Amino acid sequence: MMDTLISLADGFAVALTWQNLLLALLGCFLGTIMGALPGLGPSNGVAILIPLAFTLGLGATPSLILLTSVYYGAMYGGRISSILLNIPGDEPAMMTCLDGHPMAKNGMAGQALSLSGIASFVGAFFATWGLILLAPQLVKIALLFGPAEYFALFALAFMTLGGVSSTNQAKSAFAAALGLGLAMIGVDTQTGVPRFTFGEVHLYDGLDFLVAIVGLFALSEVFIFLEHRHGDAEGSAEKIRVGRLTPPLSMLKQTTPTMLRSTVLGFIAGVLPGAGASLGSFISYSFEKRMVDSDGKTFGKGDPRGVAAPEAGNNAAAGGALVPMLALGVPGSGTTAVLLAVLLSLNITPGPLLFSQNPDVVWGLIAALFIANFMLLAMNIPMVGLFTRVLMVPPRILMPIVAMVSFVGIYGISGSSFDLLVMIGFGLMGWVLRKLDVPLVPIILGTLLGNSMENNLRRAITIDNGNWATLIDSPLSIALWLVAIIGFILPLVVGRKVQSKMHHPRDEEGSLAD
Amino acid sequence: MIFKATRLTLAAALLGATTLGAFAEGFTPENPECIAPANPGGGWDFTCRQVGKSLQDQGLLDKTMQVVNLAGGGGGVAFAEVVNKRGDDNDLIVAASSATATRLAQGAYPGNTMDQVRWLASIGADYGVIAVAADSEIKDLPALLDMIKSDPTTVSVAGGSAVGGWDHLKVLIAANAYGIDDVRTVKYIAFDGGGEAVTQLLAGSVQAFTGDISEAKGFVDSGDIRVLAVLSPERLGGEFADFPTAKEQGVDAIGANWRGFYAPGDMSDAAYDAWVQKIADLYATPEWKEVMANNGLAPLDLQGEAFQSFVSDSVAQIQQISKDIGIIK
Repeated sequence: MMDTLISLADGFAVALTWQNLLLALLGCFLGTIMGALPGLGPSNGVAILIPLAFTLGLGATPSLILLTSVYYGAMYGGRISSILLNIPGDEPAMMTCLDGHPMAKNGMAGQALSLSGIASFVGAFFATWGLILLAPQLVKIALLFGPAEYFALFALAFMTLGGVSSTNQAKSAFAAALGLGLAMIGVDTQTGVPRFTFGEVHLYDGLDFLVAIVGLFALSEVFIFLEHRHGDAEGSAEKIRVGRLTPPLSMLKQTTPTMLRSTVLGFIAGVLPGAGASLGSFISYSFEKRMVDSDGKTFGKGDPRGVAAPEAGNNAAAGGALVPMLALGVPGSGTTAVLLAVLLSLNITPGPLLFSQNPDVVWGLIAALFIANFMLLAMNIPMVGLFTRVLMVPPRILMPIVAMVSFVGIYGISGSSFDLLVMIGFGLMGWVLRKLDVPLVPIILGTLLGNSMENNLRRAITIDNGNWATLIDSPLSIALWLVAIIGFILPLVVGRKVQSKMHHPRDEEGSLAD
Repeated sequence: MIFKATRLTLAAALLGATTLGAFAEGFTPENPECIAPANPGGGWDFTCRQVGKSLQDQGLLDKTMQVVNLAGGGGGVAFAEVVNKRGDDNDLIVAASSATATRLAQGAYPGNTMDQVRWLASIGADYGVIAVAADSEIKDLPALLDMIKSDPTTVSVAGGSAVGGWDHLKVLIAANAYGIDDVRTVKYIAFDGGGEAVTQLLAGSVQAFTGDISEAKGFVDSGDIRVLAVLSPERLGGEFADFPTAKEQGVDAIGANWRGFYAPGDMSDAAYDAWVQKIADLYATPEWKEVMANNGLAPLDLQGEAFQSFVSDSVAQIQQISKDIGIIK
C-alpha cells in the first residue's frame, strides 16, 4: 500500500507540469463536447483526437493524458444532451435520459445537470482508486498467464463482447470475425509467410489499426452526415431553460448511497472484458430501481436517484475498463480498445511488464486521471451553460472539421498516401456497416487482438507438441473458458428481456456501443 | 557445413583490423539525410539520430543530418524507395541491421536484393544470448543443447522475433554448431518482442530464451534470468564480462545483431568513400565508444569493402539456414 502511494506521488510529479495540465484541460474540454454532441461518443471522440496527439509530436505520457482526459470528459458530457434533449450524447448516457429529461421538463434541468456532474465525479473518483488498488494485484497474477490462458482470455473478451449491450449477437459475432480476418493481413510472425498482401509491400506490416479506427469511427460519421445532410440536434437546446444550478442538500443526501452503490456496480462491469460503460450504467440504473423503487412510482418520472445511478455507474465503468487494459493488455471496453491501439503505436506494450518498465507512464496517467476528474467537476457544474450552447453548433460546420482532422492527422502519423486510401476504405466500410446496424467495436477489437489471439493459440499448441488439450490444462484457463461460455450464452437466454428495457431510449447510431 | 566457412570469415572480420579504401577528398554532402526505415523510437531510428548527432558533434559533418522516418514492410518500403527513386543520391544513407540482411536473404523485400545498394559501414553490434530462468536446473549451454538433442519436444525456446527471424536463427546456429543436424526439430516459440518472451520464461511456459544482450541485461540485473552463453567471439568487456561465451563451452557459434548503414546503389565512388571515411572516423573516437557502452553495443568495426563482404556472407548464411528450416525454397 505504501509503495502504491509513493508511486502515485511520483505520478503526480509527472502529471503536474504545465504542458500536461494544459493537455488535461484541453482533453477534458474537448471530451465533454464530444460526449455532449449526439452521435460522437467516447470511442470516436478519442479516435478523432488521436491524430492531433501525434501531430503535436507528444510523447507517450502526454498523449495518454490528453486522450484519457477526452475519455473521462466524454463520459461526463454524454449526460448533457440526455437531460436537455432526451437524446443520449453517447450510448452509456442513454439511461440518464430516463429520469434526467423528466427532471428537466419539471424545470429542474440545472439541478439534474449538476447532480449528474457530482455523480459522475463520485463514480470516476472512486473507480480511479479501484484502478490503483486492483491493477497491481492483477499484474501479480499475470505470471499465471501462459499462451493457453491468454488465448482463453482473448476468447472471453470476444465472446462477452456482444453481451447484453448489443442488439444482435449474430451481428456482433460477424463484426468480430471481420476484424479477425482483417488482422490476418500481413506477414505471419509464426512462419514468416505473407498473407493477403498481394505483393503490396505496404501491407507486409498488416493494417495500421489507428488508420482503421479513424476511418471506421470518424470518417464514417462524416459519410453518415453527407447522406442525411441535416442535423436533428440543431438549436433544440434553447427550448429548455437550465434554471438553478445547485442541487439542494437534501437531494444530495438522498442520492449519496445511490452513487456509492452504483460506483461499485459500474466498476465491476467495467473491469469485465468487453462489457464497458453502457452495461455499467444499465446495471446501476436497474439495480437502483429495484432497490429503492420496486413498485415503479418515482423512477422514470424525474427521480434524482435515477439520474445519479447511471452517471456514477458509467463513469465508474470507464475507470474500471482501464484495469484489464493496463494490467493484461486486454481492453475492458470499446474506448479502451482504442486507447490500447494508441499505446501500442507509442511503442508501449501494456501488460504485466508495463508497471515495472514504464512506471512513469502508468502512474503519470493515473495521477492525470485524478487531476482531470477535478477539472471536469469544475467544468461541468459552473460552466455547463457553455456546453449546452455547443449542442447548437450545426453539423455542417462540425463535420468538415472532423474530416480535416482525420486526413491531416493520419497523414501526419504515417506520411503515406497509401494509408489515406486505406482510411477512406475503412470509412466507407464503417458507413455501410452502420447502415446494416453492425457494431463497429468488435471489428476494432478483432483487428487489434486478432494477431495476439492467433499467436497465443499457436504458441500454446507448439509448446505442447500439437496437443490441443493444452488449452484447458490449467484451472485458470478452465475458469476463463467457463466465464466465456456463460457470457456468450446468458445474453441469448435472458438478453431479450433485458434488451427491450435497455434499448427503449436508444440512440439512432447505437452501433457505436462503448 | 556451410556454417564453418562463414563462421570463419565472420570471426576474421570481427577480429580483423579496418580495411579502408583510399582516403576520399572532394565530397561533402550538401543536405545529409538519413532514412530510418521505421517509426521513431526503434533501433533504426536510434542508429540514424545518434550517428547524425555524433557526426556533427565531432565536426565530421558541418550540417545537421536530417532524419526521415519511412516505416513499412519491415524496412522494405524504405529499401524500395531508395532503389527505385533515390538510386543516385549522394547525400543519403539508410540505417540497417541484421534484420535487414535477414529479410533480404529470405526475399521478404519483394523484388529487391542486397546488390541493389552499397553497404557502407557498421557502428557496433548487439550480441545474442541464450538464457534460462534463474532457478532453472539447466546449468550451461551444452546441457541445454543435450536436452534438445535427446528429445527436442521437451525444450521450448522463446524469442522476440518471428519464426525465421534473427532470434530464431541464433539458436539454430548454436544447435547446428553442437552437431544437431536437423535444426527443424528445435522448438522455437515466437513472441512479440524480447520482454514478452522473458515474461513467458519466468511464467514457466518455456524453458529457454534467445535474444539480444541488451534485452536480457535488465532481467539479469534483477536476478530473474541466468545467461547460459553469449554468442560473441570472446568475452565482452565491462559489466558483461561475467557471461561465458558459447565458444569457451565448446559450441563454436557467433550471433551478432549488427547495426550499420547502406547507401543508394548508384552513389558516386567519391561520395561512398567520403561516407565510409566519416563513419570510420566517428567509430574511432572515444566519444563513440561511450555511446556504444551506454547503449549495450559491442564492438563491430567494419567499413567499405569489408562490410560489404560481411553482409553478403551473412545473407548467404541466413539463406542456407532458412532453406534448412523450410522458410524459403
